[in-house]
Amino acid sequence: MVEVSLSAFAFLFSELVQYNQTQVDNIAELERRLEDAGYAVGARVLELFCHREKGNRRETRLLGILSFVHTTVWKVLFGKVADSLEKGTEHEDEYMISEKELLVNRFISIPKDMGTFNCGAFVAGIVRGVLDNAGFPSVVTAHFVPMEGQQRPRTTILIKFADEVSHMMALLNIY
Amino acid sequence: MAAVYNLFIINKSGGLIFYKDYGSAERMDTNDSLRLASLWHSMHAISQQLSPTIGCFGIELLQADNFDLHCFQSLTGTKFFVVCEPGAQHMEGLLKVIYELYTDFVLKNPFYEMEMPIRCELFDLHLSQAVQKERVFILGR
Repeated sequence: MVEVSLSAFAFLFSELVQYNQTQVDNIAELERRLEDAGYAVGARVLELFCHREKGNRRETRLLGILSFVHTTVWKVLFGKVADSLEKGTEHEDEYMISEKELLVNRFISIPKDMGTFNCGAFVAGIVRGVLDNAGFPSVVTAHFVPMEGQQRPRTTILIKFADEVSHMMALLNIY
Repeated sequence: MAAVYNLFIINKSGGLIFYKDYGSAERMDTNDSLRLASLWHSMHAISQQLSPTIGCFGIELLQADNFDLHCFQSLTGTKFFVVCEPGAQHMEGLLKVIYELYTDFVLKNPFYEMEMPIRCELFDLHLSQAVQKERVFILGR
């Protein structure tokens, strides 16, 4: 596996955020722009990893693609498997990937006036890029979740699949 | 008694961008800390020119009856200095650690504006851990 200097990445990512900050009027727009930047990465890594790690096979099942993101994508991009992959308790079509300390957030402190903004939007974009291009359209967002007994909140990537995904899965189970 | 009294970080034009008290008996008020910071900046610059040795980088240690002042200047001109109890050891090491934390959690933070006061949660967090570690180390001797 090729390793890249964390410092070099951190400075580059910092510049990416700063540049996008100059292009927007509000925080929601900044989040969207970061997500779009991530989407382009996600679309590319899906192509690359299916070829390199999976012998040109692509996951067609929901749980298959989710564990592909949680394990393969995370390992190659961030050097480790994601801390957890859970199914949402409230909605059937929601899944969460949680990370105690997301790599892109390692050096970043969000100012108080930016509220709940999370630079993990970039990673959410990567996840959306992978899922979308694999045929699982979804809405992906990044959130800080406070942890009991921990000084720092963890980041949760919330994946909400589009309706057609559950239809497709239902069909696959029947036939 | 705490070994480190206070920590200052000043930018290359002498403005105080970070100040922290570590439980010293008397808290310094904001104006005094600003004054000390810019005073030290000028003294440091003068010492560089007055020094008889060639290629002097300025005062590194000031020893007084009641305190020691250790200073570290980075290549970009940002100065870090701690006021500590007389004869406290390992302060150069502590300053290097603080410099490292500054480069990590301040300079890599996209929301920090260069030369402006430092308000970074992660920097504060790691800094207090580093100073705590230093304190435990000194008590352990």
